[in-house]
Amino acid sequence: MAPAGLRSGRRALWGPTRRATMSVFPRAIPIPMSELTAPGSALTPVRPDHAVELDDVTFGYDQRPVLTGITMRIPRGGVVAIMGGSGCGKTTILRLIGGQLRPQSGRVLVGGESVPDLDRDALYAMRRKLGMLFQFGALFTDMSVYENIAFTLREHTNLPEELIRDLVLMKLHAVGLRGAARLMPAELSGGMARRVALARAIALDPMLVLYDEPFAGLDPISLGVVGQLIRRMSEALGITSLVVTHDVYESLKIVDYLYFVSDGKIIAEGTPADVRASGDAFVRQFVDGQPDGPVPFHYPAPPYRSELFARA
Amino acid sequence: MLDSVLAGIAATLRRLGGGTVAAIGWLGYAARFGVAVVLETPAAFARLSLTLREIYFAGVLSLVIILVSGLFVGMVLALQGYDVLQRYGAAESLGVLVALSLVRELGPVVAGLLFASRAGSAITAEIGLMKATEQLSAMEMMAVDPLARVVAPRFWGGVVSMPLLAALFSTLGVFGAYLVGVKLIGIDPGAFWGNMQAGVDFRYDIVNGVIKSVVFGIAVSMIAVFEGYDAKPTAEGVSTATTRTVVESSLAILGLDFVLTVFMFRGGA
Repeated sequence: MAPAGLRSGRRALWGPTRRATMSVFPRAIPIPMSELTAPGSALTPVRPDHAVELDDVTFGYDQRPVLTGITMRIPRGGVVAIMGGSGCGKTTILRLIGGQLRPQSGRVLVGGESVPDLDRDALYAMRRKLGMLFQFGALFTDMSVYENIAFTLREHTNLPEELIRDLVLMKLHAVGLRGAARLMPAELSGGMARRVALARAIALDPMLVLYDEPFAGLDPISLGVVGQLIRRMSEALGITSLVVTHDVYESLKIVDYLYFVSDGKIIAEGTPADVRASGDAFVRQFVDGQPDGPVPFHYPAPPYRSELFARA
Repeated sequence: MLDSVLAGIAATLRRLGGGTVAAIGWLGYAARFGVAVVLETPAAFARLSLTLREIYFAGVLSLVIILVSGLFVGMVLALQGYDVLQRYGAAESLGVLVALSLVRELGPVVAGLLFASRAGSAITAEIGLMKATEQLSAMEMMAVDPLARVVAPRFWGGVVSMPLLAALFSTLGVFGAYLVGVKLIGIDPGAFWGNMQAGVDFRYDIVNGVIKSVVFGIAVSMIAVFEGYDAKPTAEGVSTATTRTVVESSLAILGLDFVLTVFMFRGGA
């Protein structure tokens, strides 16, 4: 496909420009902000200007449910976080959006298209408009930083080599790593690898970027850098960002809206201001990092006394 | 009492049935995977540089072990063969004995076993680690099919390399036998080569040997890429998958070799 056609096609498909999107953004979520809402209590009508919509999505492996009744709306150009403890099903949501998993029930829409109903070609076409940052970068270890970023450009366009070179250097410059182009992934620090992966995720100028734990295992400086990059990418390029994380402090600084997931359900949602002011027990435990609360410290077990003195 | 016995029997039957269904499901999955990989053949050859790279990794880098093994197998074969043949005054037949053993059996089989442990295990470990570090997943999310980009080139790299390695193994084996038989023991070189030329038939011996090595190449490469792709994405899963590749490939080579030999060499010629 000719690159020019690809670009104009995307414009036409993904509609409003950045400025418009950003200015309407706060009003794009018609949920009462005064309080964090209970799940499902504020179903908004299906709106075509949402980049991603999940409608009452249920998913599980065999008999074990992972997600139940997940409903969320990600407005175009917004930065939205999905927060929750480890293993609560956050990453599963990303895999549903990317079409790597199919929901058992409910709808998953990306740019108005129902992802589970796409055939293979349409799914791959959808994924070309989507970037994903994996938890530990998932850089191709047998390729240099440069080759990693050139990878998608080479696979999906037939641009001349000089143009690919310029594009790769521009993406690397955006994440501050133009000087690291010739390094191999094994020579990068964790934070640098994450930034290279970010450059790779935006190589094809996607309309939506999914971030899977972008802050995991980073030192405070790299953490701040990655956080600011996510925000800047979103503002400068009009990219819609969906950040799956358990880093409350960092994400409150950069996101417009948060969903809290626990045990496969959305148990609270709201803007960062709502979250800071929230009296909800789970949100407080999560934000303040308390060891015990609605999420218990102890894994379910028989009573302590009866187990210790069982033999007596 | 009766109830508990019946319940026990029912549970056993259920486990047996469940296990059978799971095993058949797994076989079906493996077969579908195999077909999918073969269907990606055009993709593997459209990206010729990738396939050539895999031929380099699977083939060229296996050369040392294959050539050295071939040489030593040939030399040992010559020593043992001479020991028996000279009792019957047939020492001049050493050349034909060694050549037939190598071309028909030892070349494809031993080269296949070495190939499975040298290249097959490496392919499995590489694909398994790519899966464990989410590189395959990342590729899928970039709308690039890992079967076409990663699996098919490795499969074809193995399929192309294996017959060439088996041929080189046999060649070096014959050379090793020449060193021992002619240079060391002192068999007449004319008899050694002459008997070999007269006794080895191109169609019956060499082509059948090449067919064997092609079949082994397909089997080992398919097992290696499948085990890598199917590996559990953990350190333990990758190590298990690598072991399985070597064990399954070796058993497949020995089993297939027997079946092929039954069909190919039923006496006569």
